[in-house]
Amino acid sequence: MIPAKFEYIKASSVSEALGLLDKHGDEAQLLSGGHSLIPTMKLRLNQPKVVVDIGKIPGLNSISEDGSNVVIGANCTHHQIATSSVVQGGVNVLAQTAKEIGDIQVRNKGTIGGSLAHADPAADYPAVILASGAKIEVEGSGGKRTIDATDFFLGIFETALESNEMITAVHVPKSSGGVYLKFSQPASRFAVVGCAAIKNDSGVSVGLTGVAGCAYRASAVESAYNGDAKAAAAHAVDGVEVMGDNFASSKYRAHLAKVFTERALNALG
Amino acid sequence: MSNYIGQSIKRREDDRFITGKGKYTDDIVLPKMTHLAFVRSPYAHAKINSIDTKAALSHPGVVAVYTGEDCGNFGVPCGWQVNFKNGDTMKEPPHPLLAVGKAKHVGENVVAVIAETLQAARDAAELVEVDYEELPAVTNPNAAVQPGAPQVHDDIPNNVVFDFALGNPKEEVDAAIDGASHVTKLNFKNQRLAPNAIEPRSYIADYDVTVDKYTLYTSTQNPHLIRLLMCAFVLGLPEHKVRVISHDVGGGFGSKIYHYSEEALVTWASKQIGRPIKWTSDRSEAFLTDAHGRDYVTTAEMGFDNNGKIVAFRVHSEANLGAYLSTFSTACPTYLHATLAQGCYTTPLINIDVTATFTNTNPVDAYRGAGRPEMTYMIEHLMDTAALEMQIDPVELRKTNFIPAFDGVSQPGYQTQVALQYDSGNYHATLDRALEMVGYDQFRKDQEESRKNGKLLGIGFSTYIEACGIAPSAVVGSLGARAGLYESAHVRVQPTGSVSVFTGSHSHGQGHETSYAQFVADTLGIPMENVDIIHGDTNEVAFGMGTYGSRSLAVGGSAIMKSLDKILEKGAKIAAHKLEAAVEDLEYAEGKWTVKGTDKSIAFGDVSLTAYVPHDYPEGLEPGLDFSSFYDPTNFTYPFGTHIAIVEIDKDTGKVTLKRFIACDDVGNVINPMIVEGQIHGGVAQGVGQALLEGVDYDENGQMITGSFMDYAMPRADDFPFFETDRKVTPCPHNPLGVKGAGEAGAIGSTPAVANAVMDAISHLGGVKDIQMPITSERVWEAMNS
Repeated sequence: MIPAKFEYIKASSVSEALGLLDKHGDEAQLLSGGHSLIPTMKLRLNQPKVVVDIGKIPGLNSISEDGSNVVIGANCTHHQIATSSVVQGGVNVLAQTAKEIGDIQVRNKGTIGGSLAHADPAADYPAVILASGAKIEVEGSGGKRTIDATDFFLGIFETALESNEMITAVHVPKSSGGVYLKFSQPASRFAVVGCAAIKNDSGVSVGLTGVAGCAYRASAVESAYNGDAKAAAAHAVDGVEVMGDNFASSKYRAHLAKVFTERALNALG
Repeated sequence: MSNYIGQSIKRREDDRFITGKGKYTDDIVLPKMTHLAFVRSPYAHAKINSIDTKAALSHPGVVAVYTGEDCGNFGVPCGWQVNFKNGDTMKEPPHPLLAVGKAKHVGENVVAVIAETLQAARDAAELVEVDYEELPAVTNPNAAVQPGAPQVHDDIPNNVVFDFALGNPKEEVDAAIDGASHVTKLNFKNQRLAPNAIEPRSYIADYDVTVDKYTLYTSTQNPHLIRLLMCAFVLGLPEHKVRVISHDVGGGFGSKIYHYSEEALVTWASKQIGRPIKWTSDRSEAFLTDAHGRDYVTTAEMGFDNNGKIVAFRVHSEANLGAYLSTFSTACPTYLHATLAQGCYTTPLINIDVTATFTNTNPVDAYRGAGRPEMTYMIEHLMDTAALEMQIDPVELRKTNFIPAFDGVSQPGYQTQVALQYDSGNYHATLDRALEMVGYDQFRKDQEESRKNGKLLGIGFSTYIEACGIAPSAVVGSLGARAGLYESAHVRVQPTGSVSVFTGSHSHGQGHETSYAQFVADTLGIPMENVDIIHGDTNEVAFGMGTYGSRSLAVGGSAIMKSLDKILEKGAKIAAHKLEAAVEDLEYAEGKWTVKGTDKSIAFGDVSLTAYVPHDYPEGLEPGLDFSSFYDPTNFTYPFGTHIAIVEIDKDTGKVTLKRFIACDDVGNVINPMIVEGQIHGGVAQGVGQALLEGVDYDENGQMITGSFMDYAMPRADDFPFFETDRKVTPCPHNPLGVKGAGEAGAIGSTPAVANAVMDAISHLGGVKDIQMPITSERVWEAMNS
């Protein structure tokens, strides 16, 4: 890789990283697992002057339980999440989803915080994060706050994160029996369509990724669901502007969204 | 002594490859070496108004910056001249080392920046300012020949490189199609593919002023051919002043035959700056500029009588050659393609008509199969489609039309309607074996049953033939090749009996170091450990045409056999002298000459020592045991086989899953079954890749939208079932090893089998139109729901 010249700074604490973001503003970017930032730097599409490495900040790579939530540090790798007994026991659908991401190399380096902050419209996590009603814990120089998953994803590579904030953890409510099913893009294996469905007290919650500019809660499906998966899944793209690309036209993608929503609902049992 | 031929001996070269100790060009670091980065055109078609290199030149570490104006009139040649039907010479526009006046495809070299480090070269390349004026672009070969299409080269009207026809008179073929009781007609778009060798192209040029000599390290399939083309046709250098080295090369698939402009540029520039220069492609550059494969738009028709006998086959294609002519591009849609239109059928009338076009796309060249997969796809896809249309079993339809078995020895070869004479073949044999392997009758029952349960299972056939072992020099010369296609070999026996074999063929994944050593050791009756195979250096190997067209063993191996014959003939004279016997009274076996009927013998090593220490020696015989040979084949070789695919289609999504793949191939005699099987596996993977996954796409502006592995779907291991393979053996009658070649067979045979299986799975749904490749889930879904 021969990127444009940049300064590399390894942060040893969240406050140091945030201080560097404040100092360098738009010229600085955060590096964790590197699976979103590095490819764009390699192609020189992205030329940050300062790269702040948050990958080794102590305390950001632990997984724990907090009452009814599983709390996952932002620097946890996909492999860690896929193999964590806490995640498997508390919210197994997230562990199963992590297992579907990329390949072994990607899962050993890529992190949940990096993936969520990058907000690739075809990423796997957002569907589950949305369906499970997770909260994203972020920190800026002004302090900490939490953002509901439904408020987090705003558009293509666009989130509710401020430019001087970073994700520190994800709080995922425990659930059982959730499913994540995806139709993989044959080259990248990202989701052409990915559907997460989780049972809750009032019925089901459904998150869809790959379909639109950003992942979304399929609330029309949720409210229509009364046990008839096919009828509810017909609402999978209600009110959504469906993307089209070389691998799936918007017509086909909308169809897939319905098929995978139906399959996910049926798999819930 | 053990018999090595026929044994699956593990590849000797793999130790260094799989432990990261291969010596690829980019691994080489020379003293004072500089690095080169290219500024490439971001436009498919653009006038270059001006280039400002000042900022780049003043960037720290920059040694030199060159534009097209600096490189004189040097241009890269085409290796094969195809004339228009009316006899006019093909259009062969200049192909400059760096763009002059206009850029004609995205990724074309425009400026070369040379610096102390790669970082400095890349940084400075970003400082070059090129003032482009974008022009309309054309990327489709059919669109390129329409009136008013953008002109890639200003002086070449309608973008036509040449037009070409082969076969029987068109009127006769037309009449037969018109009179046929059934005609199956299909439109094809045989899509453009990116070869994607795992090692990107890499070149290092090193000019040594003290001896006025150049060394070019290059990732090529044919070092001598590169030296010849570059010296004689590009830079005007004497060949004895240029050494070309290509030791380990990580895959080629045809894309490393081409003498690329970058090779000549680094060689020329190394003399300008008096220092070595390295350029290594990155993966993005590889997608944009490594020669692509395929890219034809075709209409093909096959006419049948009411017994299912083919009465005529007619094809019209436009073949996209890209913006410039690569080394073999002109041969691919013509003499490597139309000549295969007979398939393995008795078709009495054939006419193939091809118009080759320029477009604003990267040049194409040979890619695993080179013209033959495209023809095979047409014939075999037409066969299964015709079978569906006529309600005839596809197996029966083939058997009705097969050329009967012939061994080429007691029975003559088969003269086709399209110039070739097949050497030997037994097409029923591989089909029957493949049917047995797949359990055809049972499958049809299972399919019937599964349809009742809403499952979509399909089976597809391909009974392919190919022409390889290229090629008789006089034949290809008469067809326009600008080179001979023989091979050379030099076998040097050392005094102590060890053997060095210098071959002009080139291994870039084929395993020659192992398979060649097997038959050399067997022929000489010595241990394999005593045999080394050397290739890839013009200073070590006398000459060579390299490796492509599944030619290495059939042509290169035959050249080695000729030298081994000379070694044994001379050795016998020395042995006869030492044994005080007549040459006729000796026999050679297990590494020693024995006087027939006695226990008097002398070992190979004692004879070789005598040849180099000739104290007690035959009078008048030269010392030494060292022979060179050239072998020019008398014919192509014609491997064939049957491939069968079974697919299952997801009704809801159209997703195709390859459930089984059966290949029964006949590649003639086999030296190392494991290596042959590996070649078949790799070829099948590439062929299935074309059928289901791969495709280079340009948008309407000529921008490549599949320029990375995130967007270009390369097949992966989990896209495949375990392949079920077997072989039949019909030896080649015209070369000493009886071998035919296995490198391309998998890629040629497999593609139509998969496409046919898809159609078999869904055609019963009714109204299903043919699906173009790659057969993506969406295309299948569209076909099922239109």
